[in-house]
Amino acid sequence: MAVLNEEQEMLRSMARDWATNESPISEFRKVRAAGEPKAYNADSYAMMAKMGWAGIIIPEAHGGSDFGFLSAGLVVEELGKTLTASPLVVSTIVASAIVLGGSDQQKAKWLPKLASGETVATLAVDEGPHYDPSAIETNVSDGKLTGKKAFVHEAHGADLFLVAAKDGLYLVARDDSVSLVTRKLTDQRSHADVSFNGAAAEKLEGGGVSLLDDVLDRARVLSAAEMLGMAQAVFDTTLDYLTQRVQFNQVLATFQALQHRMADLFADLAQMRSAVEAGLQAVDGGFGVARAATIAKAEANRVLNVISNQGIQLHGGIGMTDEYDVGFYLKRARVLEASWGSTSYLRNRFALLSGY
Amino acid sequence: MPAQLESGVNANDELFRTEVQQFLAANFPEDLKGKGNPLAGLEGPTNETDQQRKWREAVGQRGWGTPTWPKEYGGGGLSKAQAKILDHEMIKVGAFNPIGGMGVMMFGPTLLEYGDEKQKREHIPPICRGEIRWCQGYSEPNAGSDLANLQTFAADKGDHYLVNGQKTWTSGGQWADKCFAIVRTDRSDKHNGISFMLIDMDSPGVEVRPITMISGTSPFCETFFTDVKVPKKNLVGEEGQGWTIGKRLLQHERTNISGGGSLAGMMGQSVGAIAKKYCEADSDGALYDKVLRDKIADLEIRWNSFLHTVRRALQESKAQGGVSEISSVLKKLGTKLSQERSELLIEIRGLQGLGWEGEQFTDGELEDVRGWLFGKAATIYGGSTEIQNNIIAKRVLGMLDHQ
Repeated sequence: MAVLNEEQEMLRSMARDWATNESPISEFRKVRAAGEPKAYNADSYAMMAKMGWAGIIIPEAHGGSDFGFLSAGLVVEELGKTLTASPLVVSTIVASAIVLGGSDQQKAKWLPKLASGETVATLAVDEGPHYDPSAIETNVSDGKLTGKKAFVHEAHGADLFLVAAKDGLYLVARDDSVSLVTRKLTDQRSHADVSFNGAAAEKLEGGGVSLLDDVLDRARVLSAAEMLGMAQAVFDTTLDYLTQRVQFNQVLATFQALQHRMADLFADLAQMRSAVEAGLQAVDGGFGVARAATIAKAEANRVLNVISNQGIQLHGGIGMTDEYDVGFYLKRARVLEASWGSTSYLRNRFALLSGY
Repeated sequence: MPAQLESGVNANDELFRTEVQQFLAANFPEDLKGKGNPLAGLEGPTNETDQQRKWREAVGQRGWGTPTWPKEYGGGGLSKAQAKILDHEMIKVGAFNPIGGMGVMMFGPTLLEYGDEKQKREHIPPICRGEIRWCQGYSEPNAGSDLANLQTFAADKGDHYLVNGQKTWTSGGQWADKCFAIVRTDRSDKHNGISFMLIDMDSPGVEVRPITMISGTSPFCETFFTDVKVPKKNLVGEEGQGWTIGKRLLQHERTNISGGGSLAGMMGQSVGAIAKKYCEADSDGALYDKVLRDKIADLEIRWNSFLHTVRRALQESKAQGGVSEISSVLKKLGTKLSQERSELLIEIRGLQGLGWEGEQFTDGELEDVRGWLFGKAATIYGGSTEIQNNIIAKRVLGMLDHQ
């Protein structure tokens, strides 16, 4: 755990208490059972916004607290531990795009509403099943945006879309020119293919040529923080299970084969935490962001993949049942691994950034 | 005016910076530039050149090879901020600290903590001047991972001890002047029967036999003690306190092996940069061999997150005033990654990367081959990976004993 200041300590303990008491996994089960396409509890998100979590990276002048990405990551990590369904991550990323590239007018118009939770936003980048920001066909003429975006996270609850077009990033408020086709994925969260048919779009003119990359780096580190919470939760649950379960008249935790596997996972988890925190801190420091964010997401992908698999294996048959929570993490893990950069995409990007 | 002051640096320290710059200009020989530190290894100043000797003496005289050790014992007496400045200025001009070895890394800090005044005055100054090479008399044929099982016995003979027994894996034993050893003074108590004492390697009855390793080098020895007289003044601490002192010394050893001691030293050259010299790349500079490229990126990403982990452990222990929970994983991770890096360098170079000797190979290639072979020891010594796993599982994760 990074060394935190007092505000961050308070924020984390508040998020931990709330997630544990108000948003345990049983709440996610209720969301799943309700079967609504937007797949989160609106009252929950309103509560989160009320506690200031939707405005953590938004400047104070626009209704946020400007605590930065490490602070946002602390909250997201705690919510990841209990698989809390909410648009917090994607809404925060859209806010960061407006902070980086928006005009004063755009900031004044959108940031306070995003901070208060009144507006929910998401980002629509990819046009196929693979993350590939270089393959974008969506275009804009005369302020009208046309294109088709695939597997957009949290699309059903979104009032505002940040859309990647050929010539830059645009904000599109939801109206009749935006239509959704639901894509139900293993994580039972909101995903949709979204068609924009001549939708009114306002461009983010600031932020320079690297705006899309800069926004996606923020998506990478914040998703990695969610994944960190998930990996930590699976590890803790599995360790707990091993110290309870008895076979051959022995608690499983006494078997050296399992002890050494847990030691390996513990070491992996330590590396993942270091990489993720370094990524969040790089965004706050504004230095070496591309490299740090690539490392953060690549390590999150690698370690969560291993831990989510081992979580099932070490639970044995019970881990295969829907009644047990550990399978939920596996199903969410792969969705996040594929978003904003798969492992092979990130390795390629790291090599390019390193000059080989 | 420097572009940026290191944290905690004040105006007086800036005067110190000027002093260092002048010292380096006057004393550091141009020819040694960028050569790394040939004197810090186990051989110490065994085959040093005139220039190396002069440089070692110049630094030793000021105590700057052990910058933060007390001045009264020959150290530099510098603050941490000043030591940092010294370090940075040395790096800037390609200089290196010529004082090193086990005396600096392990024995010195331990003696400063547990030695009596006479012992400190006798032994610390020569370490600061880089004159004395120390070796470690710990492991025995039947006391490896189970170190406290050691049997080398020191019998009380009034004004001296008479030592009999065998040590093994004595690093640099053939070059060492002195040995800090843990020996048994009481057979009835496994841990409290151990004492820490200092033995002159030229005492009658000390015999050293180098062990040839798979790397072709012989950095370790078997050391035999037959009726070796050790004066009582060479006992450190009390009789029976040796296990406590010896373990303290091992903490210094682990910190050094894991890289916590010198983060900069672990950066090395990027594997990707080395690959570009041996493998073809396209016009954008990307390696043609995409499978190899992917492997390199995978390793370097994990290597970077390991370095982040080392940094995090240092920050956490500083903030908590104790050892971080993750310090126990550093040795395990760092040694494994180093081995993977060595394997990858061989793959990148093909058979050119497996040279044993000969002028057709560069020094760097030959060093990496020997390093690859010798590096297999890193997951064995200093507490093997399996022992580290036991420690993590039992002490950190609270998994119960399997016995």
